[in-house]
Amino acid sequence: MANDDISLTVEPGEIHALLGENGAGKSTLMNVLYGLLQPDEGQILVDDKPVRIQGPRDAIAAGIGMVHQHFMLVPVFTVAENVMLGAEQTTGGPIGFLDRRRARKLVREVSDRYRLAVDPDRTIEDLPVGVQQRVEIVKALTRDVDLLILDEPTAVLTPQETQDLLEVMRTLKAAGKSIVFITHKLKEVQAIADRITVIRRGRTVGTAAPDTSEEELASLMVGRSVLLRVDKGAAEPGAPVLEVAGLAVNDDRGHRAVDGVDLTVRAGEVLGIAGVQGNGQTELIEAIMGLRPVVAGDASLDGRPMRGLSTREILRAGVGYVPEDRSVDGLVKDFTVAENLVLDIYNTAPYGTRWVVRPEAIAESARARIEQFDVRTDASGGAAVGTLSGGNQQKVIVAREFSRPLKLFIAAQPTRGVDVGSIEFIHRQIVHERGEGTAVLLVSSELDEVLALADRVAVMYRGRVIAVVSPDTPREEIGLLMAGVTTTDVATAGAGTAKDGQPDD
Amino acid sequence: MTASTVEAAQAVVEPTRYWTRQRKVGVGLAAVGVLAALLFGALATGRKAEFTLAETISGSAVGINGTVGAVLFGAIAALAGAAMLVTAKRWFGWLLGVGIVATLISFLCWQLSQAPDNLNTIPLGSVARSSVTLALPLILGALAGVLCERSAVINVAIEGQFLMGAFAAAMFATLAGSVWVGILAAGVGGLIIALLLAVLAIRFLVDQVVLGVVLNVFALGLTGFLYEQLMAKDQTRFNQPTFVPEWDIPGLSDIPLIGPALFKGNIFLYGAIVLVVLIHVGLFYTRWGLRTRAVGEHPAAADTLGVKVLALRYRNVLVGGLVAGFGGAYFTLLSTTNFNKNMTSGLGFVALAALIFGRWSPIGATLAALFFGFCSALAFSLGSINSPIPSQFLNMLPYIATIVAVAGLVGRVRAPAADGTPYIKG
Repeated sequence: MANDDISLTVEPGEIHALLGENGAGKSTLMNVLYGLLQPDEGQILVDDKPVRIQGPRDAIAAGIGMVHQHFMLVPVFTVAENVMLGAEQTTGGPIGFLDRRRARKLVREVSDRYRLAVDPDRTIEDLPVGVQQRVEIVKALTRDVDLLILDEPTAVLTPQETQDLLEVMRTLKAAGKSIVFITHKLKEVQAIADRITVIRRGRTVGTAAPDTSEEELASLMVGRSVLLRVDKGAAEPGAPVLEVAGLAVNDDRGHRAVDGVDLTVRAGEVLGIAGVQGNGQTELIEAIMGLRPVVAGDASLDGRPMRGLSTREILRAGVGYVPEDRSVDGLVKDFTVAENLVLDIYNTAPYGTRWVVRPEAIAESARARIEQFDVRTDASGGAAVGTLSGGNQQKVIVAREFSRPLKLFIAAQPTRGVDVGSIEFIHRQIVHERGEGTAVLLVSSELDEVLALADRVAVMYRGRVIAVVSPDTPREEIGLLMAGVTTTDVATAGAGTAKDGQPDD
Repeated sequence: MTASTVEAAQAVVEPTRYWTRQRKVGVGLAAVGVLAALLFGALATGRKAEFTLAETISGSAVGINGTVGAVLFGAIAALAGAAMLVTAKRWFGWLLGVGIVATLISFLCWQLSQAPDNLNTIPLGSVARSSVTLALPLILGALAGVLCERSAVINVAIEGQFLMGAFAAAMFATLAGSVWVGILAAGVGGLIIALLLAVLAIRFLVDQVVLGVVLNVFALGLTGFLYEQLMAKDQTRFNQPTFVPEWDIPGLSDIPLIGPALFKGNIFLYGAIVLVVLIHVGLFYTRWGLRTRAVGEHPAAADTLGVKVLALRYRNVLVGGLVAGFGGAYFTLLSTTNFNKNMTSGLGFVALAALIFGRWSPIGATLAALFFGFCSALAFSLGSINSPIPSQFLNMLPYIATIVAVAGLVGRVRAPAADGTPYIKG
């Protein structure tokens, strides 16, 4: 059961934050409100009148709009086409010829009224994520909704785009719209919410005022007190382990995604890569791991060039790797936990040879790993790994990678979609590995995670490392770097405010 | 907005490479042109190669010395290719067209110049007419594919829909003594396969490619069985339909070259033209089309806006079945007047190739079908001038072209994003 006896009241003109961990049931609740899921019990009241919401059409009719975490936009359509879809402006008549002129006009009107700066004629796939999100908001507003649900809206935004979004939310509030703001980020809640409802394991566990402290909110959310900072001593960097020089890599569409990156990761330090998703981090890591062809440049491990090595050779040379998309690249979902724990070494002693595997040896080592890494599953590891929660799946991967002697550990989004308890555990493991003298390369789109773990922070923007800074650098400065504004540009940015209000692109 | 404004100002300039697709194709075309000029020029004799615009070889003809023609047109193709290196992008299509046509003429000059006397003429009017006629089933099949695949249901069962349509048309046109009843029955025949496709793919989430193949085998077996049980035993009662009537459009049908091709038609030709226009306009200018394309690209987005994804898919697949069934009637009411086992002989798959070659657009698929029809028509013509080249080689050309197209060498071919993926709510 994802939701169990939840009550939530949203007042007109209110920004109501719904705070909860990954998997707490926030999205389920909102999908019920939006008619994508049907409740087993309970009712929904709009303006004190009970309504039955059996589908998105009913929800829209009841004045409820939703901006999904994964945007519901057709990438090859224009903004206007996406906005009109489902409620098309037509020239009338049974055939329903589209009236694109009227649709464009409507988009412009709504965009101007709420200062969203959306151009109706642009194609969605050419727009940056922040603008796509505003298109989603326009889509809801053209349908005259009174309540707007924003599902984890800031997960994909730069800190500056997040500020823009908060500004938009204030404008909407001033216009009398109510907003449900779903998130697990405490700072944003404090910045904007009028009221906070915290849910945990499918139940409402309390409401709070926005001036509640971060620690209190966090413990409400998790159900016990949480350590928000990672305990770690100062790094003792040794010799360079990974050296990347002038690396250039293309993405799947053949566009240059990594454009001349130089990096050095030393033994016993964590180098964190900060940056908004899609600025080349994925391709950089894949290229280092031998999963993606290198166009130019080179990477070397302990001075030995890695180019031309197969991924298996790279792993066997002492590299541990936590891939970004664990369910696709990290695990074989239908295999058991025990089998997944030896995916990298199933053909070496004692687990097997070139020709056979030894299930007893695999099961035995699985028992030890499950215990050591606190994986919540049956002790023998016989369950299919796909049945485990996100956090436990990730622990399986971390356990597998840490069971080889490592020189270099590469972790991409190691705590995405993982519960707070597992996050703490994985962070402690990474810090411990650093203490053993392993070089750690960490990529995360969660700036907090990078700042908590890294000894040095490299900021990636459009395929380049535009700065390497200390994790003590003010968040605002790193945020600007993530948006591509280097220190010299900051002054220019201040002067450039006169250009505000132009359509972004 | 400050940050985004700055971001815009800092937009990185995309590195422009010299070897664009246009330039690569240009070099390829130039090489083909040079090769044509040398090879065909050397092989051609000095005798005349003649072309008439009419449907027969009598009448006024344009003639050229074989060797001169082969070298001249090969050179023109090479020049078109070379021009691609220096001209703007918008000329690409024209130059490619000129290059291909010139290469073809160079080839024909060689072929005609070595043909026996009295056979050294190609009647272009006749080639045009048979190109269009041979393309008709492909156009209708590909349109059926457009309807299905634009709403994200892969239709590999066009072949089966053809067979059912062809069988039903022959049987019911004979029984009722009317081709119109036959055509209606053909639609229903295609619809039956479409219904199975829709229910199994949309409701029961069967893998759509496997399903399509199975449905083809099913249609082959069913029509074969019924043929043996009924038609083979009593041809006159079950399997003797008449041709559909020819409807000439007065005036227009006298235009040389395109007159016989486009205005001496029948229900299939005019039906295909109407359907191409209808589906093109429908797809890109109406509410139905917007929703269909949305469902094919991102069904969840359509669903969250209240579009009934599954209902729309059912409707489109069923209409597609009607269109493909109608296309099947072509085989028994126009190209022949009786049904035979497996008489469609894979043309349903060729229609699928036309759909892909035409990038899932009604007009593109039609052009691809016409190209395929042209290659077949040309193969016939070469047969009639005693060409030493086996006609199978020309018949292979469309499929080589399709492979080249699908491999992405002629621009990016992008299927509807959700094509083949069943939609499950939640």
